[in-house]
Amino acid sequence: MVGGFGLNTVSGLAGQVAEGGGFNPFLPAWIILFPFIGFVVNAAIAFLAPNQRRRVSLVGPGVLGLALALAVINFVLLLGAGESEPVVRSYWTWIEVGHLRIDAALQLDQLSIFMALVVTAVSFVIHVYSVGYMQKDPGYARYFAYLNLFVFFMLVLVLAANFPLVFVGWEGVGLCSYLLIGFWYSDPKKSAAGLKAFVVNRIGDFGFLMGMFAIFAYVGSLDFIAVFEIAPRALQYGGAAVTMITLFLFLGCVGKSAQIPLFVWLPDAMEGPTPVSALIHAATMVTAGVYLIARAGVLFALAPLTMNVVAITGAATAFIAATIAVQQVDIKRVIAYSTISQLGYMFLAVGLGAFTAGIFHLATHAVFKALLFLASGAVIHALHDALHNAREDASEAASQDMRNMGGLRTYLPTTYRTAWVAALALAGVFPLAGFFSKDEILWAAAAHGQTVLWVIGVVTAVLTAGYITRWIVMVFHGESRVSSKARKHLQPAARVMGIPLIVLGVGSLLAGWMNVSGALPLLPEFTWLHDFLHPSFAGAESVLAAHVGEPSHAAPLGGGEGTWAVISTVLAAVAIVAVFRILSERKYARAKDAVAPTGVMGFLYHKWYVDEVYDALIIRPFQALARFCWRVIDRALIDGVMVNGTAAVTRVMGRIGSFVIQTGYVGSYVLVFLLGVLIVLGAVAF
Amino acid sequence: MPLLQESLALSAILFVVGTVGVLIRRNAIVMFMCIELMLNAVNLTLVALSRQVGIEGQIFVLFVMTVAAAEAAVGLAIIISIFRHYESVDVQHFRLLRW
Repeated sequence: MVGGFGLNTVSGLAGQVAEGGGFNPFLPAWIILFPFIGFVVNAAIAFLAPNQRRRVSLVGPGVLGLALALAVINFVLLLGAGESEPVVRSYWTWIEVGHLRIDAALQLDQLSIFMALVVTAVSFVIHVYSVGYMQKDPGYARYFAYLNLFVFFMLVLVLAANFPLVFVGWEGVGLCSYLLIGFWYSDPKKSAAGLKAFVVNRIGDFGFLMGMFAIFAYVGSLDFIAVFEIAPRALQYGGAAVTMITLFLFLGCVGKSAQIPLFVWLPDAMEGPTPVSALIHAATMVTAGVYLIARAGVLFALAPLTMNVVAITGAATAFIAATIAVQQVDIKRVIAYSTISQLGYMFLAVGLGAFTAGIFHLATHAVFKALLFLASGAVIHALHDALHNAREDASEAASQDMRNMGGLRTYLPTTYRTAWVAALALAGVFPLAGFFSKDEILWAAAAHGQTVLWVIGVVTAVLTAGYITRWIVMVFHGESRVSSKARKHLQPAARVMGIPLIVLGVGSLLAGWMNVSGALPLLPEFTWLHDFLHPSFAGAESVLAAHVGEPSHAAPLGGGEGTWAVISTVLAAVAIVAVFRILSERKYARAKDAVAPTGVMGFLYHKWYVDEVYDALIIRPFQALARFCWRVIDRALIDGVMVNGTAAVTRVMGRIGSFVIQTGYVGSYVLVFLLGVLIVLGAVAF
Repeated sequence: MPLLQESLALSAILFVVGTVGVLIRRNAIVMFMCIELMLNAVNLTLVALSRQVGIEGQIFVLFVMTVAAAEAAVGLAIIISIFRHYESVDVQHFRLLRW
């Protein structure tokens, strides 16, 4: 009934916005076009001259450098413009049907430019790193083509001005994720992992689509500005409509950002090359869900039920993934579960209405988690080459198993130091990036009176400190479990891989300082990010302020916020020291001699048996259904009865015709003819 | 209308004799003669009824006889060629048109 609601308002708004604001973006379309050009060039090279590595090495990271430069320029321009309105640049009308009009339009505002900056910066660093990591790979050009294409779609996702265009980017990054997970497609395990990611994401995409349909049905537009302007008036606070819309959108986010119950694809996504894990499955694509909720903050703020679902899902995911990470032995899977856990934190933040905190953690996490992945990539790379040169088992399982590592700090000093920085940042130790962003999320939980969620958050923070220290110890400390023969072949990473590590290490040190909560004692209040993003979240915050009220500033169990921030940090630090002390003394068996742990640890080692449960509850019944469709419906019914049945009946009739009727005796033909004549005559006569 | 009933009855008998001959005989020449018999049975009907219906019946008979003569020429020629090939005029031996 609201199909045509406020269409005049929409066009009016668009005109108003295009004129207003002091922010004049500089070539915004080229931010996304540069990676696309890179994709086209690299794809052409991959097809025509796959051995032109130097050109690929120039084009692949080069276009990202240009995109990064443009993002920085626009960011500076936006800073200079003060609190400006969003600028919408519309390029052409993409779809026009009845009341529905969708433009290929970019929305340039604080949130989108900030996201574009994070995406291009991290992507650029990882592209440079990939030059070293993938140097010897025969699919070098193809790899960079995919990676450029991914960045293109990711930028479409964050810069789009309406839901359908976001969906284009959303599907595009999913496609690139699939292509890059299964990059080494000749290994069935890897292409299966790619398929798993793709199929699980379909469930989420269904939710995104349904959410979009519902938005159009109830609000009458799909443009961000129009929807968020109309929604608070058109949709009842906490009503069924907005709850349905946001729950569907959240389903999309759950798929893309690997939350309970759809997180199973992310650990398997580690089958892809490690820089891909860093870029797609840690820093950018998986955070798209957080971005979407922050972008659609007005809608989510209108639906308190959904907000609770988001926050609880986030907290539960953060906790469960952290416990799983405690017992993993694959160097990348620990960090993969850590990513799921940190994404849970972000969802906890946006679910509480602390959008800035969510985006803040997204940005800092992008830096230090990318660094953790690149560091493990450097370790895997070095170990693989060493094992290979020593003619030992250099399979992926062997060169990624932490039980085969240990004591690598003397061989890989840069990697070792930067890994420690990233680990401390992840653990939330002052003054590294994770401290500020994680503390802000925990503070948000406390301030909203969600004591249970706050406790889960603190426990998870301690677990985080524990598992990442275990990771560091197993890889870099203790007695080396690399054979002495292979140890001689260990080489530190090339400069092209080392410099990105150092850049991200500096980022992990400093990124937190862009937003220092006023609640922290002894530190100057510096809420730059909060102030910067304020215009993007003003709509959502005003809805929250009107219906929920300002968050109380009291911490649970008494005591100021600052006190509890200090306590949670101290707890994390104690966990780090304790785990370090205990584990560096421990002797690990090498992977081939190790026995799987039992009891609680076995439960965690087997990842809460989630894959097994899904296997039994969903995959097997589905396979049985598929087999039923195949054997009974397709093969028996369609092939057997319908197709072959028709043929069989025709054949039988043909046989009757050939053998019984067509005797070849003229007499019998005449008899039939005569009978026919008699029947016709009889019919005429009577 | 003298002899109309008798003429039609004779015609019917001749036609049935011809038909049964075609059905049961296997000699091509005999079957051919039976077909001629059927044609002439029809001719008799046409002539017998022309007294009542009009001259057209008699004219038609002339046409039928012409066609029968042509048919006899073609039919006998076919039978001779078949005989040269198979050295038989038994239609049971002519099974080429069967699959």
